[in-house]
Amino acid sequence: MKNDSVKKVVATGIGAALFFVLARFVAIPSGIPNTNIALQYGVQSVFAVLYGPVVGCLSGFIGHVLTDITWGEVWWSWAFGTAVYGLIVGVFSKRINIQSGNFGKTEIITFVIANAIANVIAWPVVAAVGDMIIYKEPANLVIAQLAVAAAADFVCAVVIGGLLLFGYSKTIAKTGSLDRE
Amino acid sequence: MMSNTPIISFKDFSFQYNAQKQPTLKHLNLDIYPGEKILICGASGSGKSTIGNCINGLIPFSYMGKIEGSLTVDGIETKDSSIFELSTRVGTVLQDPDGQFVGLTVGEDIAFALENDCVEQKQMIEETFLSAQKVDIHRHLDHAPYDLSGGQKQRVSMAGVLVDKVKILLFDEPLANLDPATGKSAIELIDKIQKESNTTVIIIEHRIEDVLWEKIDRIILLDDGCIISDSTPQQLLTGPLLVEYGIREPLYLTALKYTGVDVSKVEGIDNIKTVRLTEEDKAAVRKWFSMQPKPVLINDNDVILETRNLDFGYTENTQILFDVSLKIQKGEMLAIVGRNGAGKSTLCKLVCGFENPQSGKIFYANEDITDSSIRQRAAHIGYVMQNPNQMISQSMIFDEVAMGLKKSGLSEEQIKERVYQTLKICGLYEFRNWPISALSFGQKKRVTIASILVMGPDIIILDEPTAGQDFRHYTEIMEFLSQLNEQGITVIIVTHDMHLMLEYTNRALVFLDGRLMRDDSGSSVLCNPELINRAALKETSLFAIANMCGIDDPVAFVDCFIAYEKKERSHAE
Amino acid sequence: MQNRVLNYIPRDSFIHRLSGTTKFIIFLSFSFLCGLSFDTRVLLVLLALSVIGFILSKIKLKEVKVMSTFLVVFVTLNFILLFIFNPEYGPEMYNSRTVLFHIGGKYYITLEQLFYQFNIVLKYIIGFPIAILFVSTTNPSEFAASLSSLGVPYRISYSVSLALRYIPDIQKDYHEISQSQEARGVALGKDVKFFERIGNAIKILLPLVLTSLERIDAISNSMQLRSFGKNKTRTWYVKKKMTTADYCVIAFCIVMFIVGMIVTNQGGNNIYNPFV
Repeated sequence: MKNDSVKKVVATGIGAALFFVLARFVAIPSGIPNTNIALQYGVQSVFAVLYGPVVGCLSGFIGHVLTDITWGEVWWSWAFGTAVYGLIVGVFSKRINIQSGNFGKTEIITFVIANAIANVIAWPVVAAVGDMIIYKEPANLVIAQLAVAAAADFVCAVVIGGLLLFGYSKTIAKTGSLDRE
Repeated sequence: MMSNTPIISFKDFSFQYNAQKQPTLKHLNLDIYPGEKILICGASGSGKSTIGNCINGLIPFSYMGKIEGSLTVDGIETKDSSIFELSTRVGTVLQDPDGQFVGLTVGEDIAFALENDCVEQKQMIEETFLSAQKVDIHRHLDHAPYDLSGGQKQRVSMAGVLVDKVKILLFDEPLANLDPATGKSAIELIDKIQKESNTTVIIIEHRIEDVLWEKIDRIILLDDGCIISDSTPQQLLTGPLLVEYGIREPLYLTALKYTGVDVSKVEGIDNIKTVRLTEEDKAAVRKWFSMQPKPVLINDNDVILETRNLDFGYTENTQILFDVSLKIQKGEMLAIVGRNGAGKSTLCKLVCGFENPQSGKIFYANEDITDSSIRQRAAHIGYVMQNPNQMISQSMIFDEVAMGLKKSGLSEEQIKERVYQTLKICGLYEFRNWPISALSFGQKKRVTIASILVMGPDIIILDEPTAGQDFRHYTEIMEFLSQLNEQGITVIIVTHDMHLMLEYTNRALVFLDGRLMRDDSGSSVLCNPELINRAALKETSLFAIANMCGIDDPVAFVDCFIAYEKKERSHAE
Repeated sequence: MQNRVLNYIPRDSFIHRLSGTTKFIIFLSFSFLCGLSFDTRVLLVLLALSVIGFILSKIKLKEVKVMSTFLVVFVTLNFILLFIFNPEYGPEMYNSRTVLFHIGGKYYITLEQLFYQFNIVLKYIIGFPIAILFVSTTNPSEFAASLSSLGVPYRISYSVSLALRYIPDIQKDYHEISQSQEARGVALGKDVKFFERIGNAIKILLPLVLTSLERIDAISNSMQLRSFGKNKTRTWYVKKKMTTADYCVIAFCIVMFIVGMIVTNQGGNNIYNPFV
């Protein structure tokens, strides 16, 4: 539908802006020295669930590249990882019908599975292959880095994204039956 | 000017949103003719914005729902058309200035529709410039939205629809986000554009006194999806319908009614600029004034909040506040006014500790709190943001209100008690187990106020608490704040609403370019043309009436009117 | 007056005058050649070219101090990590082992490892002037038009523009929401327990996301009302005209990329090996 496609364009832009702001300016210590909780992946997963794979993929990719570029260096392999991550979570969005106001057991399990698959493919596969091609970095270092990244992002995305989706589902619980007082 | 074929025609038109049980518009019949200037007014939920969305095609192409009957715009049946076809005929200026400013600069935003129509670059640059010139923004074409005021952004939006050479201009609550002076010039600009281009203009607004500053051909009054009245401003103003349907009538009109003037006989009553009072009328007004007790406002309570020589700026070159010193007494209810960017919000942020001053001191009850943390100050000074959705993070009312007490060391039982008590004060007790999503905007606002009050502050600061609210909700919120004030809480309100300042506050702090320019009663401020002019405020029409009648103390006249109105209102209850 | 999201520094220089499209091509051809090549000679040429570009742009190093500091820290950290994780990776890669001295345990400093790490550092360093050159000399307004002229669908290009447009607004939202929540005891610092910190983050993120969703609705309504998506293409108000200089630079980039790739892959792989 036409109208839907404009909304997706806007959602991609706003999603990317959120990704950028959270990645660039918001540092919440994770407890591990010098590492922060990656809130942006939680929000990206929310956008992927709400607007589907294309928005999930592009909002993350654009957000990631814009963030990197302000640091003066674009890590393409990681940016593609982010894109693939959003894409895969988005593919599952049809199975998570959040618009009906439900975010119960089935939806949560689907969301966790989607994140598990997406994180495994995005980091230890896509980004790792990228890093090995571009930097010819030793496999053990790459895999160590990306396995940590995958695990951390999985936890962040599932917890943050899940709680956000839960909160969102509560705000639409009452629609469909709006009546004047 | 007018021809006999309507440019917009509703015939037995009904519309029901998919998410609602009842139709929002019910069997409308309405014809609007080319070149007319129409005001559509009505309380919140009357369906006035829905009418606008039907005309520009957002209904049914963006908001889904069921249409019955027929609506033609410029000869096209809207439901068989498309939003694109309609957009070349109807130009819409929406309420939210940031949502519709999509370009990175002024020029790009004005050119947006031309870009989408694949207009060639050279022609596009010319047309953009011409449109920008019409609204006098052509000197700012390379500015980013963050460098513009609310009024300038709105003019960019106007230019952005004018490039399409539309036949119909639709304004959805154009005054909602503007300071009073800017609102006035927006109304003047709309009038100028209409005269120059001979377009049909439809303004959707509930602040009718401000819209009537320039001539309007017809006013449509809407309630519950039905047209209650379709008449000239003169007819509507002199009849009883406005008050009945929750629309605020112009202040000067209310004042004349109180003084016993028969408003239906007054010439030019639809506009304060054209009102002609007879000598008899003037005498009646003077007589009424002489009979009123003169209200005396004294507050000699202790000072609860004081700032001394506050300076603030984010960088050295962009100073926002200069040497702000003020004292606020316990139990006051006061307004902070001035144009956007004058430093009002910044002052509040400094007081709450969200930002730290470069120099100067802040005192709460004579205690220096300049170095206290946000959390420490929050126990004394609460801050309520304009948009309740920016504050609400829980799904249940109880949890939202209890949030601020979580880390305060109180027991579960104590928390429960405090929350219930606060909910009772705020009239939310019966909803305590409701999900917040089921509440109206006004109720959500109350929840946010409750969530601040629960922490027991003596001072509560509110940013534009009534923005976008109709008269009923406005009254509801303000009466509630007055009650809090009577219980001893000091209330500070940042606002653009001059009525609010006059009616509900005892004192106004007027800011201009980062300086505290005047500290006086609302009535004195609004009877001072020079001050009004400099601080982007708007003269009250009561001042004009007082002058017209030769009253030598207009400030006292305004005070009497406000006192009288309060009495009337409490009688009505 | 300018969009301050990315570090655009307006100035009158040869690089500034090039169209955004050209700069995108420079950015992409340099980035990808640098990414795909492990040939030290190619990398050195790229470094020389990007430094020349940087000088031509009249951007001063002190104007990009924050980023350069970040780069130095990052490169140093990674340099150490690479060595710790696999000190024998260089010798393996170059099929040769020249020990300079022994540190202890399995850690030997070899010429090959140093050379390998030198190449990595080169890659990082080349990326820097290229990225800086791109963001500091390209007006963000030109981004969307440039992407679109490179064949990216205009809807996607416009998303980029929207992101740049609304980053400051969302940043302001975040700031204000977190301040008002902080007043209600929502803290994110290290002294807060981990799970509570997560819960508190949600108390800020949820309002931020919900107001962003409202924003999406408002923006897409206003874009539809001004015909966004009506046609298969759209024109751009800010698009710069291509000049001879643009065409020359683009031609140069393409030739450079092809030659670079040929040189790189000469020996059957993309490594330049001086040790055999």
